[in-house]
Amino acid sequence: MSFDLTEEQESLRRTVEKFAEKELAPIAAEAEEKGEFHREIFEKLADIGLLGIPCPEQYGGAGLDYSTYILVIEEIAKQCLATAVGLAVQGLPQIMINLFGSEEQKKQYLAPLASGKKLGAFALTEAGAGSDAASLKTTATLDGDSYVLNGSKVFITHGGVADIYLVMAKTNPGEGARGISSFIVEDGTPGFSCGKTEKKMGMRASPTREIILEDCRIPRKNLVGKEGDGFKIAMIALDSGRITIGAAAVGVAQAAFDESVKYAKQREQFGQPIASFQAIQFMLADMGTAIRAARNMVREAAYLKDKGKPFSHVAAMAKLFATDTAMKVTTDAVQIFGGYGYMQDYPVERLMRAAKVTQIVEGTNQIQRMVIARHLLK
Amino acid sequence: MKIIVLMKQVPDTETKIQVKPGETAISTDGVTFVINPYDEFAIEEALRIKEAKGGDVTLITLGWDKAAEALRTGLAMGADKAVHLNDPAFLTNDAHSIALALSKTLKKLQYDLILCGKQAIDYDNHQIGVRVAEMLGIPHVAVVTKLVLEDGKAVAHREIEGGTEVVETPLPAIITCQKGLNEPRYASLKGIMQAKKKPLEAKKVADVDASPGEVGQAGAKTVVLTLTMPPDRAAGKVVEGEPEDAARQVVKLLREEAKVI
Ligand SMILES: Cc1cc2nc3c(=O)[nH]c(=O)nc-3n(C[C@H](O)[C@H](O)[C@H](O)COP(=O)(O)OP(=O)(O)OC[C@H]3O[C@@H](n4cnc5c(N)ncnc54)[C@H](O)[C@@H]3O)c2cc1C
Repeated sequence: MSFDLTEEQESLRRTVEKFAEKELAPIAAEAEEKGEFHREIFEKLADIGLLGIPCPEQYGGAGLDYSTYILVIEEIAKQCLATAVGLAVQGLPQIMINLFGSEEQKKQYLAPLASGKKLGAFALTEAGAGSDAASLKTTATLDGDSYVLNGSKVFITHGGVADIYLVMAKTNPGEGARGISSFIVEDGTPGFSCGKTEKKMGMRASPTREIILEDCRIPRKNLVGKEGDGFKIAMIALDSGRITIGAAAVGVAQAAFDESVKYAKQREQFGQPIASFQAIQFMLADMGTAIRAARNMVREAAYLKDKGKPFSHVAAMAKLFATDTAMKVTTDAVQIFGGYGYMQDYPVERLMRAAKVTQIVEGTNQIQRMVIARHLLK
Repeated sequence: MKIIVLMKQVPDTETKIQVKPGETAISTDGVTFVINPYDEFAIEEALRIKEAKGGDVTLITLGWDKAAEALRTGLAMGADKAVHLNDPAFLTNDAHSIALALSKTLKKLQYDLILCGKQAIDYDNHQIGVRVAEMLGIPHVAVVTKLVLEDGKAVAHREIEGGTEVVETPLPAIITCQKGLNEPRYASLKGIMQAKKKPLEAKKVADVDASPGEVGQAGAKTVVLTLTMPPDRAAGKVVEGEPEDAARQVVKLLREEAKVI
């Protein structure tokens, strides 16, 4: 593993940086305030081929590795976490269908997801089953050539705007994790509907919504993998998802850091720039150091995954460290801005609210610590 | 249709320009480089013409080793091949020398249309497109905001003080591009991955049939004597008090001190 990016990676990083500065930066604050989802941004991302990064070329994607994917996510997250998380969520069903789906499923679903014609979503969490995902209650009952799904999922990113949902449901309610299977459910299927759209603290340009399944009948061939594979599939998806959330958190932290350096040089108190005070300098030094460590951890996790080596504990460490770093760095950024940091006229309060959610999604940071400790003690 | 785009790598528009004392070129320390924004309009226009009418797009730049990055970016946007005049003996900021090297290169190539930016945003000479057209003995239209190609000719709309001039020219011709001509695309992921496989040819002075004395610094017709930063802007003045009094005070200052009204 080299610390240098390849020529293509650097070129891609710069392209995405420019895209994010021109297309996302001007609308991010307003979209956040109004809680507006911008579908057209995903069309623009699709135009330059960014929605199918992890999908193999033969199915219409770019077939790129995670080491490249995380560069894109970090650059997007610097301007808009909602878009970065959307990009990561779009990747999840692609990764899972590619790994476990039938040839027919790959042909039918991968190209529209990779090209952005359809948006994807990942539906695991339920009101009663968050960290303890295996206790989910949604059922899928085989009936002739169909499965009939019943239950509801909460907090689904892109719920209501997505076209293709990967839904985890129990085919064997008597069992725990091993009773769970994974299904493709298309928007518009009778019995599929959306409930409440959540009002969130941050990342408000990304819709988070309940989805409801009432006698929702889907073709039997929409089962992904075998019956009972669902939990395994979901956990593999989360392992990969953690790397992307880590990358997004690094982007949020970097953005807050860049703003802080700029502000500290320019804000004067006691007749000098606040950057000349050691208290501020040390804060910046700690912020810069933590961001660098976090980025390198995320890169290592991506590297291990790309090489086909065991990576799940490193992904958990990277997610834990990068998102805790984002929280700490954005909080300190608000501090460096003083009262102005608390105001919506400056971007750091938005970044601080954004950072919080990264500590919760794709497994809370308490769950990451459990995953890590289990690995260390085995 | 064979289209050639002349392009330059320049400091990013957000660069804080610095000049070291005694130097006659801006400092490149810590500077990120991009394609000259006006040349991006030229590349975009070339790609749109190619997409509509077929043909190919060749990029040409004169510059140091690093300028190859700008060519790769242009290839990633969709151009087909690139030529890099990469020889220390080419390097100069003199418009005549650069135009001569480019025109010598162009004489050995086939083209129906040549596009370039109206100016490069680093030294702002505004001269290359026009000079190259003269040297090649072909027409040019400068500062173009709309371009329509019909067989064998081009109709170009150009910005002039207070209006638009519509000019028709036979081809081949040189068009220098202005903001408003189009909205340049982003390089696509696929384009970036393919760019490395596209031909990028480096040329030395001898390869374009130039003699070392006529191009680069040796062939320069101008000499930069000094390069200095503009003086720091003086701090603003805040006039306090009741709006009415303050306004009166501001008018007085504008008239007596600033002498602008
Ligand atoms: C904005 C947003 C978007 C989301 N998008 C999606 C999505 O697209 N798809 C999806 O399926 N889900 C999604 N989620 C759900 C998310 O994955 C869950 O919120 C998360 O897993 C936590 O579950 P919970 O909210 O039920 O919290 P709980 O599990 O109830 O946790 C509450 C607290 O208890 C702690 N805790 C729980 N168990 C333990 C334990 N064993 N040991 C120690 N501490 C423990 C937790 O760490 C937490 O601090 C999203 C959530 C948010 C906020």
